[in-house]
This record gives sequence, C-alpha cells and structure tokens, in this order.
Amino acid sequence: MSGKIKIAVVGSGPGGISAAAHAAELGVPHVLLEATAKHSDTIQKYQKGKHVMAEPNVLPLRSPVPFEQGSREAVLDAWEHSLGQHSVNVRYQARVTAIEGSKGNFTLTINDGEKLEAEHVILGIGVQGNPRKLGVDGDDATFIQYQLDDPDEFRNETIVVVGAGDAAIENALALARHNRVYIVNRRDEFARAKEGNLGAITAAIAGGDLQCFYSTNVVRVDTGDFDDKPGQIVLGTPSGEVQLAVDRVIARLGAVPQRKLVESFGVEFPNEDPSALPVLTTKYESNVAGMYIIGALGGYPLIKQAMNQGYEVVEYILGNSIKPADHPLLEQKFAVMPYALEVDEVLELMQERVPIFSRVNPLVFRELMLDSNILMPEPGEVVFAKNDYTNTFFTILDGSVEIEAGPDLTIKSGQGNFFGEMSLLSGRRRSATVRAGTFCVLIETPRRTMNKLVNSVDAVKRVLDETFILRTIQQRFAPSVPLEDLRPIAKAAKINHYKPGEVVFQEGDRADSLHLIRSGSVTVAKSFDSREIPMAYVAAGNYVGEMGLLGNSDRSATVRATVKTETISLDSGTFLDLLQKSPELLESMRDEVKQRTQQNVRLQADAASGDMLSFLMQQGLGEATDVLLIDKALCVGCDNCEVACAETHGGTSRLNRKAGAVFAHIHVPTSCRHCEDPHCMKDCPPDAIKRSPGGEVFIQDNCIGCGNCEENCPYGVIHMAYKPPKKPGIWSWLLFGAGPGPGQAYGKEEVPQGPDEQKMAVKCDMCLDLAGGPACVRACPTGAALRLSPEDFVDLVSTR
Amino acid sequence: MYQSFISYRGGRWFWISLVLCIGAIGVYAWHDLPQPPGGGTWLGYTLGTIGALLILWLTYLGRRKRNYASKLGTVQGWTSAHVYLGSSLIVIATLHAGFQFGWNVHTLAYVLMLLVIFSGFFGVWAYLRYPEMLSDNTGGKTRGDLYREVAEIDKQIMRQVAQLGSDMETAVASALDRTVVGGGVIAQLTARDDSQVMMPGQGLVANVRQKPILDLVVEQLSQTSHREQASYLREASNLLGARGRLLDRIRRDVQIQGLLRIWLYFHVPLAFACVAALIVHVFAVFVYW
Repeated sequence: MSGKIKIAVVGSGPGGISAAAHAAELGVPHVLLEATAKHSDTIQKYQKGKHVMAEPNVLPLRSPVPFEQGSREAVLDAWEHSLGQHSVNVRYQARVTAIEGSKGNFTLTINDGEKLEAEHVILGIGVQGNPRKLGVDGDDATFIQYQLDDPDEFRNETIVVVGAGDAAIENALALARHNRVYIVNRRDEFARAKEGNLGAITAAIAGGDLQCFYSTNVVRVDTGDFDDKPGQIVLGTPSGEVQLAVDRVIARLGAVPQRKLVESFGVEFPNEDPSALPVLTTKYESNVAGMYIIGALGGYPLIKQAMNQGYEVVEYILGNSIKPADHPLLEQKFAVMPYALEVDEVLELMQERVPIFSRVNPLVFRELMLDSNILMPEPGEVVFAKNDYTNTFFTILDGSVEIEAGPDLTIKSGQGNFFGEMSLLSGRRRSATVRAGTFCVLIETPRRTMNKLVNSVDAVKRVLDETFILRTIQQRFAPSVPLEDLRPIAKAAKINHYKPGEVVFQEGDRADSLHLIRSGSVTVAKSFDSREIPMAYVAAGNYVGEMGLLGNSDRSATVRATVKTETISLDSGTFLDLLQKSPELLESMRDEVKQRTQQNVRLQADAASGDMLSFLMQQGLGEATDVLLIDKALCVGCDNCEVACAETHGGTSRLNRKAGAVFAHIHVPTSCRHCEDPHCMKDCPPDAIKRSPGGEVFIQDNCIGCGNCEENCPYGVIHMAYKPPKKPGIWSWLLFGAGPGPGQAYGKEEVPQGPDEQKMAVKCDMCLDLAGGPACVRACPTGAALRLSPEDFVDLVSTR
Repeated sequence: MYQSFISYRGGRWFWISLVLCIGAIGVYAWHDLPQPPGGGTWLGYTLGTIGALLILWLTYLGRRKRNYASKLGTVQGWTSAHVYLGSSLIVIATLHAGFQFGWNVHTLAYVLMLLVIFSGFFGVWAYLRYPEMLSDNTGGKTRGDLYREVAEIDKQIMRQVAQLGSDMETAVASALDRTVVGGGVIAQLTARDDSQVMMPGQGLVANVRQKPILDLVVEQLSQTSHREQASYLREASNLLGARGRLLDRIRRDVQIQGLLRIWLYFHVPLAFACVAALIVHVFAVFVYW
C-alpha cells in the first residue's frame, strides 16, 4: 500500500475492529493490521463453543460492529461479517514490529520489512503477547507451529516439542498417545513445571512413551525431503549434534510480553510493576501524541469497553469531542449527590477535594468512579464495623466520619481524607468501626479498582503505605499519641516482603527489630536436635519479635513466612522512642509476651504437634481464614458432606472430599479456605468475586465464565460447571420417580450444554444463604467435618 | 476439638436416654395395678405411645439426613440422639410389653425392633472402630491412588519381564491380568484373594497373594547364571512383592469399607419391617382387644 493513511489500527481485536469499522463508515483512510491470519486472535483461541458474555450489562454498546452475548462462533461470525459489510481495509499476517515518528507522521514497520505511513496510530493489541519464536535459521518453516489446538488431530507423526513449561509438557504428553514424540529441554530438568505435569512427564520419559533431550538447544531447522518428511530439526545435545527428520515441530516457549513492544514504540509506563498500565489522557492518547491505546492493553479487559473506545478514539482523532459511552452511567451515579453540577464538573470537584486522587490522571479517575459508589449515610450510621471482612476503600468528599479505632480512641476525619486502607492493603478484617458524621458524602471504591490504581500510580501507593504504617502504629502501640507525633517513627519503619518459606529472622540472631505482620502469616519455630519445630502460627495483624526486643537479647525462635507475607518492621531505637511516647505500651506488650510464652509452653518440645502445624502450613492454610478439615478417624466416607454441598448449591458440589492431603488423620479436602487475600479475586474481568462482611468469598451471577479464577486458585477449589436443571421435590421423586432423588446427581447428558448454556465458575460460599451455616459440616453424621479458622489451629494441634 | 457422635455435647443424649429409662423403670416398679403388667394398662399405653413415636422418629433420620438445608439441629446431633434414644427402646418396649411374649404379631414387632437395635449396635461399633483403621491402612491415599500405583508397577514389571523370554512374560502377564480384587459380598468382607495365574506346564492355578508367580520368578532367579537376566528377575521379584503388598492394602480397604456399610443393608430394611409390624400391632390391638 502506498500513500499516507489517516488512521492505522494495530491489532484486530474487538477494539481494533470497532475503530476500523467506524473509520470505514466515515470514509476515513485507514488500515487494520493483524499479525495473525485471523482477526480477534485472543477470542479465536477460546475453546470451541465458549459462551462469550457481554458484561457490563449496564454499559450501552457504541460501535458500528454488533456485539451481544453468545457463542464464540456467533460473535466472531458477526464481526467477520461486519468487517466485510463496512469494507474495512484489513491486512492479515501483518505484524507491526516497529513504530517511529510523531503525530501526523508515523512510520510503521511491518514484518521487519515493509514500511507504512500513517497520521495516527491506535494500538489495540491486547495483553496476550506474541509467541516467542525459535530464533534459529529456518524457524519460519511451515511445519513449525507455536500453538496446538487439538492434539488428537495428528497421528503416526514424528513430532518434536520444544520447551519445558507446562504448555510444552501438556502438548508432548497428549501427542505421545498417537505419535512418536521428542521433547527438547534447554536445561537438565523440568524446573518450571507444575507438580502434576512434572510427575507425568518424568514418568512418561522413564516409561519410554516419549524421548527427552535434556540440556539441548535447537541449532537450525531445514526444509526439504528428509525420509519422506517435510523437514528436519538439528539439535545441539551435550553429546553432539543430532538430526531428526520430523513431520512437525511445536515450539512452546512462552510469549514476548506486549509491554516491551509497546515501550519500543515510545509509550511510557509509570513503574516496573508488571500490572502497571500506560498513562493515557481522557481521550485514550498515550504520552506519544497521536498514538492511542484501547482495550486490555490500556487496562480495559472487557469486550464492550474496548469496542466503545475504538469508536470514541476515531471520533477524537477527527476532532469531535463526544461524550464517552459511560456518561449516562456516571450521570445516574452522581444524581444522588446534593450538587447541581455536570458530570465532568463533579469529577473535577472530586479530584480537587480529595488529595489522594488529585494527581491521578482524569481518564483513570473516571474509570475509578465508574466502579465506585457514592454513599450518603445518615449521621451516626455505621459505614463498616470492626472485624467485618469488607475491603473497599473510602474517601470523604464532604462532611466527616468518626473512626472508633480503639476503646479510648475515636478519630474524626474530614473532607478530603480517606479510610479503609488497612483492609485494602492487608486483606484483613476491618480494624475499626467507622460511623458517618453530618452531611457526609463518601466515595466507596472496590478493592480491585483501588489496587489497579495503586499499581499504576506511585504517588497513591506511597501515600497509602505511609498512612497505613502511621495508623497501624497508632492503633497497635500508641493509641493516646496524636498522629503528628508518630510521623517520625512511621518514617523510620520499613515495609518488608517475604516469599513463602522465607526467614524473617533466625533463632540466635541479634534481636534488633519488631515485625508487625501486615499481610500473610508466619510460623514461629524452635530447633530441637537440629530440627526446626514450628510452635506457633501468627496471623496478619499481630506482631512477632517483641520478646527479644523487650529483653534486648538474641532471637529465641525462627520466624518464617508461611505464604507471601509483608511486615512492617521497627528497629529497636525507633521502638524505644515509641515506648517513651507511650508508657502504657510496655504494660500491654508484657501481657502479649506472657500469652505467647504460655502458648509456647503448651506446644513445647512436642515434635508431633510441630509436624502437624508444618503440615497445615504446607497445605497453604497460612493464608486461610476458614477451612474445612476432616478427622479421618471419624469419617466413615458416606460423602454426605459432598452431597449436601451439591444439594444446597444447584447440584454442583464445591468440595471434593476424597482429594487432598492427610497427616495424622487430619485431612485437608479440596475445598475453599477463603484466603485472607484471595488469589481468585485478583483477575476477575467483571469483578464478580466478592467477600461478604463475614469473610465468605463468593462468586456473583455476573460471572462471565472466563476461568481466570480457576487458574489463579493455587488450591484447585474453583471449577467451571454447567448449571443443572432444578430438581423435583422429594415426594415426586419418591412416589413418581421424577428426576434424581436427594443426594443423586443429574447424569451428564441431562445437564443442558447447548450453545446458550455457559459454564460458570463455582466455589464454596460457606453457605452464605443458609441460616444454619455450612451444609457440609451440618450434614456430617459423625462429627468428622469441622470448619476451623487459623486461630483454632493451635488448639487443634495441641489436642491431638 | 473433634467430637464423635457418641460424645456429642458431653453425651447429652446419653443422659437424656438414661433419665428416660430410669424413669420408666421407676414408674414400672412403683405402679400397682389390679391387672398384670402389659400393654393394656395405663402405663402400658403410655410406654407404648412413647415407644411408637420414638420408632417413627428414629426412622425419620433417613429423611433428615437428606434434608440438606435443614436448620433443625445438625445431622451429628440427630445421629447421637438416634443412637441413645434407639437404645432406650429396649427398656421402654420391654416394660411396655410387661415381659409378656408369645408367638404372635406383637412379639414379632418386638423381635424385629431388637434386631434393628442390635444391627445398629454393630453400626456404632463399626463407625467408632473402622474409620481410623481405614485411614491407617491407606495412609491417606484414596483407593483410586492405590490402583494407579498398581498400574504403574504393572508397567514397570512388564518392562522387566519383556527381557526374560516369552514363557516368563506370558506367565507374569497372566498373573497381572488375572489379579482379582473384591468379588461377591463374602469375598469383599473377608478380603479373599481369587487371583489366578497361567503357569507354564500347569495351566490356570490360584495365585493367592501373588505368591505362586513370585515363587516362579525367584525360582528362575536362583537358577540363572546370566548376570543381566538375574538383574531383571531380581527387579521383577521386588516389584511383584511391592505389588502384592499394595493389593493387600486395597483388599483391606474394600473389606473395611464393606464392614462400614454392610450393617445398613440389615438395619434399614429391618427398620421398615419393624414399622410395618408396629402398624399391624397397633391396628390389631385396637380392633381385637
């Protein structure tokens, strides 16, 4: 193509298609560049027939391209059709490898060769990244593929799989059923693989199902006729070069992150955090003038948002300042407020009044407000109560609130301040009760939205961290000391990060600091006969290391993080300052030490109970808030727990009694432990996973069935399931044989799985809706099933 | 922390049942009537009513157990009450009958009730004794895990014997193939081993605990002078030994799980028979008395 194009759209996902189609319908010279052979690569890779949801439902679609929820095929067909209908100038197999120049004068390099000139660039390339290539001569051969859709498609072929990650292992194992398979591992072991895959591949190699080349790299790939095969791969093994004639090479080497590519275009990211988002204006323009970013890359993972942005960006480029599609939503949201202001004015007022938001970019703030709620509580009304498990973040737009931080400590907080940051950052329960004052207008922001902000805007993170430390020190150590006096102490405090199993401090070390556990948890262990025996489990919100500090001696025990843990540490000098400011602290700390010592005595020198505690921690219970444990010495295996779970949850059990590890008759079945900082909540596009004030983590009906939570849960307690039909009543079953009876499940063929049915994520909700509490525990005839919180672990361990 | 249904809430239902029994015995001993003790006296009617209601309520456990969203106590509490109140029926019903027994439908109901209660006693004993044995036996693994281990060992064994000539390979393969776990009720409950093996020159013979095939391999091992063959045979014999132990554990698992369940096949049908006899008994009493 020659001549200058007005708009070059890079990436033909929903955002790119929408932008290009809108440009096409307006007759604007444009091109839509797609690296692969098909549009919407990410959605193409969804499993066959996957139901695509159109969340958020309240947001209207603004695009010439249609989109409504339906099967992946229907959605893709509609887009395909629309591309043709609008005569979009789309170029497939056109990978953009470089962008140079500036507004009005961009040069895009395609496939490392062809140049293309454009006035404006819209980046809609998602976050999936491009598969990493072999990087050797001949790696463009037709028989090399970087993805495997259906392993059963190939039979009796010779296939070389390159890579040592989970994808490579899973592909190799699946292909080995009907093919001769070699796997090429650059290293001498499969270090990156999940445990299950590691076991399977090692067994398969030992069993001769497939052959592995360890410490081997790919030298080159030759195309031609090699023993009637289309090519050969040359491998550099420790014992010299090996040539293998192959039908197919499958390279699973991971993806090149999009960020690097985008940065090479000149786009800046605020910090190194992998989840950081590029800074954009309200018109989605990046720091490179004329270069716009839409969709997941800009932090908008939902299809409809991306499509709206595609439309809007084209309008902005043409100089039309239209209102964003979400305008009516904000209008409605702001209607409750006592101000006669336009949406944009309200947003400005908010940023003006609330310092923590003042430096946030207006686009990000707008998005934040879309997710947030405006609250106008009555004077005296409780905003949240102490020990609630909620974790939203509040800012005070007008009026004031009273924070009951302790028995004698009530803090009044006014306009522009924020609260709720403790639970936001630690994932722990609320540490104080907050009541509304007069004329109080609050902005309540969900945790996920706030975390996105914290990860992208350093200033916000810094302010929150500082305030967190300050308020924690005041609350835990010096309730009577005003915040201002504590500021120097807070400044001296440090935030420390620990990986699971990492040592916070070692027995025998010089005691020079105290650690307040901000998130995660630790075990306190002593060594006996050169063995480390855990004696106590300390959850977030408590401190460790005070014993040595008070006596100014050596550490009497080793403290280790059980899960990813953050602590705030105060060194002894700072701590002595604090003691001077707050004399009553000494007393309360002595009490704490006394309690800790008593607990230690109970568990002292009992290796068996230490082993038990270790076992529980190995099961990841260090981050649990409520976990189902089964006493095998009482369990008769009747499965009533599992059946009760299924029966009270629409026919799908969220608990697998048989699975899970056992130690000394204590069995940790596969069932949700309602983590302190739930992994499942991290990446839920529609924000459907919530935590109730009681601590139950549950999934709402707006789940889009993407499976992220299933993947993110390290404990395998979430799975995707179709919703079975409602069961008939017990009497119609008993008398007329209608449907499955109590405790029986529908057969697989009886559960509807048509194109309109969608698998949804299901997990334990601790029977939130049942007055009696968790059905699993209540249905156990022998008392073998109990739900425990980590505070009960010491009791459990010491009574066994 | 964990409590069995026997010690549920400090044995609350034990004490309630004990008071009920002692009360019934006390009143029985104290009351003095012109007619001989039996179902027809005021005390007889009272005890009979209590007993009949108890039997209906005890039978209702089967429904409550399946009422998963019920707020009415926990199933553990119900089980505890079921056990103790069920046991108290021995006293209540005997006093109700006033020790009058005969070859009639009334005594039939009584005997059926006792059978239900005693099969229940076995159940209580089984529930208290076997779960721990079950867990110890499998070391926390599921039966599926154990079968997978067997399958893995089978693969390894076949890889060893593939090097030992077709006679040996056929014999070992037949031993793996004809390994039997479980079978009929008796076989399950006694952990009987019905495995067989096709021995060279002997045809199909029993292969209890994999001993004959192991003997064959060991025999070969003692005779061979070939170094490589000896190593294959030694490895195969080790694996066969491990396989035998694993199979023993699976059979034991089948046996214990069977014992945990078998009594219910008597307890529940007998309970229904008892209720039926009870209805006949009550009907007969009111129509013919």
